[in-house]
Amino acid sequence: MKVSMSIELKDIPGQLVLALQPISDFGGNIRSVVHHRDKKTPSGRIPLQLVLEIEERNLSVLVDRLKERGVNVVRIGEERLMDSMVVLLIGHIVHSDIRETIDNIDSTGFAEVVELSLSMPGVDLKSSASVTISAVGTEELKDALAILEAAAEKKGIMVIASI
Amino acid sequence: MKTKQKTVRISIIGFGYVGNGVAEVIRRKREAIASKHGIDLKVVGIADLKGVIADEQGLSEEAIKALNAGKNPGDMTGLELIRDVEHEVMVETTPTNVETGEPGLTHIITAFNSGRHVVTSNKGPIARDYRMLMELAAKRGRELKFEASVGGAMPIISLVQDNLAGNGVTSIKGILNGTCNYILTRMVEENLPYEHVLKEAQEIGIAETDPTKDVEGVDTAVKLVILANSVFGMNATYKDVTVKGITEITLDALKLADDAGYVIKLIGDVDSDGRLEVAPRLVPKDDPLNVCGTLNVATIKTDLAGEITVIGKGAGPIEAASAVLSDIVGLYS
Repeated sequence: MKVSMSIELKDIPGQLVLALQPISDFGGNIRSVVHHRDKKTPSGRIPLQLVLEIEERNLSVLVDRLKERGVNVVRIGEERLMDSMVVLLIGHIVHSDIRETIDNIDSTGFAEVVELSLSMPGVDLKSSASVTISAVGTEELKDALAILEAAAEKKGIMVIASI
Repeated sequence: MKTKQKTVRISIIGFGYVGNGVAEVIRRKREAIASKHGIDLKVVGIADLKGVIADEQGLSEEAIKALNAGKNPGDMTGLELIRDVEHEVMVETTPTNVETGEPGLTHIITAFNSGRHVVTSNKGPIARDYRMLMELAAKRGRELKFEASVGGAMPIISLVQDNLAGNGVTSIKGILNGTCNYILTRMVEENLPYEHVLKEAQEIGIAETDPTKDVEGVDTAVKLVILANSVFGMNATYKDVTVKGITEITLDALKLADDAGYVIKLIGDVDSDGRLEVAPRLVPKDDPLNVCGTLNVATIKTDLAGEITVIGKGAGPIEAASAVLSDIVGLYS
């Protein structure tokens, strides 16, 4: 899972390594580190914004380990849907039941349709839609696109994917 | 400045827009090329449906004009010109036929068997019989150059083969058809539907009377096959390409794309895994592939140099002739 974490470090040498070491010890993958040296807390600590990927079961042990090392963990939040993409559809979208296709993606558990804009110029004319899909990771996003493409092909709808 | 001059005699087979462009750029650039590269370019023969003319001393402008006016049909065939008139380089600029490769294919084979190098803008023979032609060229100790067949003036084949030598190429994707790019650009800019913009493009000569090959992605697919074979060493044909054109693209779709920060472009995409695809794709507005009008563009992904993007004019007689000319000069430098 992807987790964002706000922590606070003492303003003495060696604190950054002290805070990051346990993450790799628990098999975590650090995606981003933002060090706010210029925004000291009233207690003189330095805030740090982390985004990391880690197995869900290792998260609480990691937090315990950080606390043992004197690192303040201020906030933990799960960033569930990490990646998103826009896909365009052209065809008889509504008549061919777009609801079902969206449900297919949403029911995967790893991807969701988070936005849908539809243009319907006339009853018999082809409509166009832009669909934003979010997923927990890049691979899952590709899987979601494959679901959409398979459904679209069956219904004679054209899919325009991003490069 | 090189003092020793080498005379390079040239025949031009197929004297339409591109063939005329080649004769024109040779006339314009002859002195510059002679002083810079030590090569004296001389057009000694031209063959076309209008007729065949030859002069070992070099054709005069008057003779070329007379041929274009249909006043000087000559008395030999194109194949006789290739075979019997002594020259070093045959420039093949007849129209493309994707199915048979003819008449270009026979011209090229005859040229190699007569000991000529071949420089061509003709996509048909290269896309259809690349491997056979390269093997024949090697057997005869001659060269086959075809930069003009992909992307017009935009250098891509020699860019990869010469300038990026040593790099492994993982993918090439880009806009390889100026007509489609023009139509999609105009639809967005002028808020006009596909059919309207297509008609306009036909009126100003950007789209052909029968635009099928351009708008249905066939032309892009053929160029992709040439890249697949020449850059990636595949043995692909047109049938290996998944092709979708731009005829279904609605104005609404372009607007929705715009709202989401994208443009729609007809993208040809080939990678080292052998995937060959032509399809309308969403291109982020800030991506280098977002070029407008009739421009062509290609992003080459390499293992050492990273991504390299080239942009250039994809069509036009002088632009195509530019690629032919650099291929000719490249044979001797």
